[in-house]
Amino acid sequence: MSDTHAESIRFVRETTLPQAEPPVAERGVYKWGRENLFATPGNALLTLVALYVIYVVLSAILPWLLNGVWNASSLSECREILAGETGGCFAVLVDRWQQLLFGFKYPSDEYWRPALAFVLFFVAAAPVLFFDLPRKMLAFTAVFPFLAYWLIWGGPVLVPVVALVGVVVGYLAYARLVTQSFAGGFFGGIAAAAVTWIIGGYIVDWVSGPSSLLRAVPSRDLGGYMLNFMLGVTCVSLSVPFGIALALGRQSSMPLIKWVSVVFIEFIRGVPLITLLFVASVMLAYFFPPDSNVDLFLRVVIMITMFSSAYIAEVIRGGLAALPKGQYEAADSLGLDYAQAMRLIILPQALKISIPGIVNIAVGLFKDTTLVSVISMFDLVGMIRGPILASTDWNGVYWELLGFAALLFFVVCYGISQYSQWLERRLATDHR
Amino acid sequence: MKKTAIFGALTIAGLAAGAAAAGTLDDVKARGKLNCGVTTGLVGFAAPDANGKWEGFDVAVCRAVAAAVLGDGDAVEFVPTTGKTRFTALASGEIDVLARNTTWTFSRDVDLKFNFIGVNYYDGQGFMVPKALGVSSAKDLDGATVCIQTGTTTELNLADFFRTNNISYEPVPIETNAEAQQQYLAGACDVYTTDASGLAATRATFETPGDHILLPEIISKEPLGPLVRHGDDEWGDVVAWTLYALIAAEELGVTSANVAEIGTSTNNPEIKRLLGTEGTLGEMMGVDADWAAKAIAVGGNYGEIFAKNIGEETPIGLARGLNAQWTNGGLIYAPPFR
Repeated sequence: MSDTHAESIRFVRETTLPQAEPPVAERGVYKWGRENLFATPGNALLTLVALYVIYVVLSAILPWLLNGVWNASSLSECREILAGETGGCFAVLVDRWQQLLFGFKYPSDEYWRPALAFVLFFVAAAPVLFFDLPRKMLAFTAVFPFLAYWLIWGGPVLVPVVALVGVVVGYLAYARLVTQSFAGGFFGGIAAAAVTWIIGGYIVDWVSGPSSLLRAVPSRDLGGYMLNFMLGVTCVSLSVPFGIALALGRQSSMPLIKWVSVVFIEFIRGVPLITLLFVASVMLAYFFPPDSNVDLFLRVVIMITMFSSAYIAEVIRGGLAALPKGQYEAADSLGLDYAQAMRLIILPQALKISIPGIVNIAVGLFKDTTLVSVISMFDLVGMIRGPILASTDWNGVYWELLGFAALLFFVVCYGISQYSQWLERRLATDHR
Repeated sequence: MKKTAIFGALTIAGLAAGAAAAGTLDDVKARGKLNCGVTTGLVGFAAPDANGKWEGFDVAVCRAVAAAVLGDGDAVEFVPTTGKTRFTALASGEIDVLARNTTWTFSRDVDLKFNFIGVNYYDGQGFMVPKALGVSSAKDLDGATVCIQTGTTTELNLADFFRTNNISYEPVPIETNAEAQQQYLAGACDVYTTDASGLAATRATFETPGDHILLPEIISKEPLGPLVRHGDDEWGDVVAWTLYALIAAEELGVTSANVAEIGTSTNNPEIKRLLGTEGTLGEMMGVDADWAAKAIAVGGNYGEIFAKNIGEETPIGLARGLNAQWTNGGLIYAPPFR
């Protein structure tokens, strides 16, 4: 065939050209930059302004960060080392890191105990948070609160054991009685647990001598970020079940339960958290005799839990209200009783809808734990504002300390928020 | 802490019946620890060090009382209190004595039902200005901008002072001492005013303290001292006379270095009575005969405590001023030990 047109056509391409690269302006970083940063004159202007702002911010922060002093014993020594140059005095973090993390009174040779409890917390939380993990791990989760209590507070090992036994006895009584009626099981379980605790309390007092495996550390000696974390974890995990109960109570058709829930929720939501904390620390001391030492930590936990469970109840009520009425009717038509309907049909859907709201409350609650510094508990912020800034060595170091606190809180809060997004994606099996 | 928090909550009702009615002195002895209210942290006056041990001018009073009663300056449970919680902590019996640079005022003494048992620091409101301003007296401050903490007595004192001297000023309201430092250093105000000891402590944290001066005028009276509850005079006496013992020790030349032997080697009968080598002063008060010697041995006499925590050798660098012994023209004065 090629001969046919040998005269009439001077050139026939017989192979395809190798693919050439796109022009420089149409590929790689140039294309991306042109399309995203300099698409229009307006965009170009904004890009330049943004670059300038970034430059200004970084040129202020980077020298401060990179030129920081990490080894000094006081602020004045820091300043001598820096000799007028810009630079942070991070030596305060090196000098006082134990106090920032554990408070200033936790015995320093016992730091491994809260640290171990912190590591174990992740093991215990994992099966709750990630439901692909083997269900058997939940057994450890159930034991963890008692183990963590013993690790952090120390004292006789029998105390957490008795508390655990009480819970188990209560659960067994509940399982036994609940087949007849839910209320019977509920109150029977509580009564059985209480009886076990009271008897166990006498046994503990009678058996345990002054010496114990782990040295006892009173609540007053807890502090630093450990305190924030403990308050946050305890209060969030307690307030979710209470919040669910309150939300269901508010929807109940029984007037007493309904009004108790409504009054509780509305009262707690109408009072600032800081007021509740003052009541916990100051007013309760008037009501109890001077020697009856109801633990301040416990008082604060009760108050924060009440506060956040009222908020969580309202979030969950929103989730319940969002469910179509047909879901309730479907549950009824299947012949499920109230507890079954809630457990199998209503709550799984309502809680899924409520996840963003619950996470929002949890993050807020975790940060609100810093409010305990106003009732002279030395949490992270309390340590910074009180002892560290009031020491002659470190008075005047603000940015480094508060920046460190912000970093610690950011890590946890960002982690919670990322987890909740994963959870929402994971659970998104519906029509949305 | 034998009982868990749970058991504690369960047994509140049972404990509520058995409130103690004995005197505070007996309570402290039975407990073996003194519960002493301090600040959550104030430079030089009370703050825990890197090892968690409380130190400071107010802390020294607590330790001296503990040594006088219990014989051990470390037998103190320091209860940190804020400006808001301090009075309820004392009134509710959570603490035995409050040593938290608290100003002695009529209403606190009478209306809140406390007894101020003495003064361990005479403070007063002062002014700090940059040296570059070229001002040497507060009366030259006509038209100045003044950083002032809102809602405090210092605000009212300031208004009074400027009105009496017929000069004008422009207030810059701020909330906390930390904010004041930043505002003042940033030049938002020409003058910063608060208690003179606070000004000195603040200035000590500046990069160049030498560029700032405290003006000589002190425009208010702020007598700071420890206080106890109304109605337990035996306990009030113990705290008061422990403080007086520290003050008298400085006047009589008893120091932490010589307290061990001066009681026997001296010929001064008042020193002998003070240190318990003669007379029965301790017995009258219900404590050991050598109570004052133990109190002085912990941190030294008043002058030593002052010098160690807030004196001119420390970064805070406060001069004795009003807090000198009366023999040196100050107001610090102990009644006779007789």
